Amino acid sequence: MSDAWISVAVVGVGTIAVKALGPVALGGRPLPERLTGVIELLAPALLAALVAVQAFGAERSLVVDERLIGLAAAGIALWRKAPILVVLVVAAATTALARLIA
Amino acid sequence: MEPRSRSYREGAGAAAPLAIAVVAFGVSFGLLARAEGWGWAAPIVMSATTFAGSAQFATVSVLGTGGTVTAAIASALLLNARYAPIGVSVAPFFEGPAWSRFLHAQLVVDESWAIAAEGHGRFNARMLIGAGLLLYVAWVAGTAIGSVGGEVLGDPESLGLDAAFPALFLALLVPQIRDRRTLTAAVLGAAIALALTPFAPAGVPIIAASAACLLGLRRR
Repeated sequence: MSDAWISVAVVGVGTIAVKALGPVALGGRPLPERLTGVIELLAPALLAALVAVQAFGAERSLVVDERLIGLAAAGIALWRKAPILVVLVVAAATTALARLIA
Repeated sequence: MEPRSRSYREGAGAAAPLAIAVVAFGVSFGLLARAEGWGWAAPIVMSATTFAGSAQFATVSVLGTGGTVTAAIASALLLNARYAPIGVSVAPFFEGPAWSRFLHAQLVVDESWAIAAEGHGRFNARMLIGAGLLLYVAWVAGTAIGSVGGEVLGDPESLGLDAAFPALFLALLVPQIRDRRTLTAAVLGAAIALALTPFAPAGVPIIAASAACLLGLRRR
């Protein structure tokens, strides 16, 4: 079994279970307030980490390359309230253009 | 009965503009997974079972940057841990037997959840199901287009698709930043990940960054 298929199976089962947890098992009882406070911050912390690693990471090193130009363009598009589809196209097109010129 | 039957359609209607973007996300997920050597079937199976964009992209990118299976799975499951409290928040509004609540729970994604929010902690289950079903079809169909048609479209890097990854996560991050606490968690998470990248195996910096959420233990 390849790494991809193992990941697909485990992430699939895990996600299905996590999504079902509240509606099936907890019957609507809220989580303790302190735990909710922690889980609330998980998404911003992880998503910011993914932005950073995807923009600067390369095989155990940090590099600045054309991806940063694309990310900056995406940031401007987001700031201009562009739809998410436009943001992605802007990031990809800017990076592709920068690579073409470089 | 009339207003109730309309609610599914209202949910789907509210999700329609998003569905177009979700198809595009699905295409790029299928494309990138295919480019990382996943074959055509695994991306489609993952979209049909996991149905959570950021976790799926994270899995592909951790494996694609040389990370271990454990790191990839942990990153994805940590990203999806938010569905525990999200699931609890909608639980009171999901009626019917356990199997039906189980199936409806699978249609909960950030977007369908946001569309179903009526304020004051109330959620419209029919809006959520209508929106979730449309987004599910869009996501799986987009993935199929990307993974089956992948080879036709050429090299993802020359198309700049690798830059779409951080842009995608940035776009998902922005609405999460609601106050000083969430901003601090985001900055700390990014700092931990960048600091560890030169020293730790791929994937580990992302997992370590989740420690930033322990800021939530502090009293507000």
